[in-house]
Amino acid sequence: MAHTEQDILAGLADIVSEETGVDASEVTADKTFTDDLDVDSLSMMTIAVTAEEKFGAKIPDEEVKNLKTVGDAVNYIKANQAA
Amino acid sequence: MTSPRPTVVVTGLGATTPLGGTAEETWQAALAGRSGAGPLDASWVEDYQLPVTFAAQLATPVTEVLKKVETKRLDPFAQYALVAAREAWADAGAPEVEPERLASSVGTGIGGVQTLLAAWESLRTKGARRVYPLSIPMLMPNSAAGTVSLEFGARAGAHTLVSACSSGAESIAYGLHLIREGLADVVIAGGSEASVHPLPIAGFTQMQALSTRNDSPETASRPYDTDRDGFLLGEGGAILVLESEEHAKARGATIIATLAGAGVSADSHHIAAPEPEGAGASRAMADAVRDAGANPKDLSHINAHATSTPVGDVAEVAAIRRAFGADADHMAVSGTKSMTGHLLGAAGALEAVFAAQSIRDRKAPPTINIENLDPAVDLDVVRDTPRDLPEGDLLVLDNSFGFGGHNVALAFGSY
Repeated sequence: MAHTEQDILAGLADIVSEETGVDASEVTADKTFTDDLDVDSLSMMTIAVTAEEKFGAKIPDEEVKNLKTVGDAVNYIKANQAA
Repeated sequence: MTSPRPTVVVTGLGATTPLGGTAEETWQAALAGRSGAGPLDASWVEDYQLPVTFAAQLATPVTEVLKKVETKRLDPFAQYALVAAREAWADAGAPEVEPERLASSVGTGIGGVQTLLAAWESLRTKGARRVYPLSIPMLMPNSAAGTVSLEFGARAGAHTLVSACSSGAESIAYGLHLIREGLADVVIAGGSEASVHPLPIAGFTQMQALSTRNDSPETASRPYDTDRDGFLLGEGGAILVLESEEHAKARGATIIATLAGAGVSADSHHIAAPEPEGAGASRAMADAVRDAGANPKDLSHINAHATSTPVGDVAEVAAIRRAFGADADHMAVSGTKSMTGHLLGAAGALEAVFAAQSIRDRKAPPTINIENLDPAVDLDVVRDTPRDLPEGDLLVLDNSFGFGGHNVALAFGSY
């Protein structure tokens, strides 16, 4: 059962909120992790690993730095989730 | 021609302890003679066959005062330091100070042991990729000093003195020196510890250091009692805002007390046992009084280290006699660990907060649970109810000793 884009966005918003304290409603597809949401590289690692577990999508470390916006992460997870 | 060294004053107090969520709540509970002891999580006791089933845990859980993200990204010991530091800073009137003239000095005995063990558990059960990326900065013993520096923009330095149960007191002594040396105008100084966890409990139990009075936790900590059988493990954080008199006066701060002197020594006797003659401890006490430019006759109250261990309590009594001789007869001696439990690296800082409060309110807090005073204790112990301190200028001593042979004494005076 693949996750929909909405599912992934909502789940990711919760993970980001849990890790950084920003309100989940602030975590929208157009937001950049670094500038808009103040996510540092350590937090980004945690978010990636937690998302991997939640959605069954491998996010290799070298891919993590290419995920500039929340939307990038949603798309990556959607494309790479376990079928 | 050297200029006279600056006088150092205390302008803010903060604490989160087994007796209360603030320094004031803690002090009032201590004056009322309350115990902070209570049962440990039953599953811990069962899962690990803990022989000791009680401890003194925080009265106000940090989750009630910190943001969720703060509790996630900081080890509990750094959380306790942050809570206490915020209170102390507000109590001092949030001093305006150049960042380069503001330092932090926050000690701990053990540091982020809970984070270390949780990370080890993640590694063992889920592999390296599941180890929380902040594990290292969370578990390092300097994370409390770093967190406090970050919170208040302290750029003169962030210092961590680790000397077991004297860490808190030694960190305050270090703050005193920073201001006297002209390296800072304001220092956020104290200690924190979060060791109420099965592993430290098991370790201390194996040393036979803890009281095993499982049927009566509230009376387990009984310094100077003939039937004392070890300490009550506590946790918490305590912070003082130290400031040069000049800086405090210039901003119209309320001055609670002076930090008049400090004395530090080492026993070089045994890694965990106190030197029974108390030579090193007495030197630290005498040095603190001398450093304060005072005489033993000026001392009216001692907040003793008094952990409720059979050997430690009487070694300290011997050291007090050795340092002050007959003058010790007129000193009101209090063992507040009878109520708070032993906060390890935060203990000396909490007792420094008590010392400042005892000067402010002219009261020595009580020692509870003494049913039969050990005949070896030939001092004027304040029992059960607080004691009014005499008129005039006060000088109060706070003693702390730690595994490793550390002895630290702080002298606080009326301003």
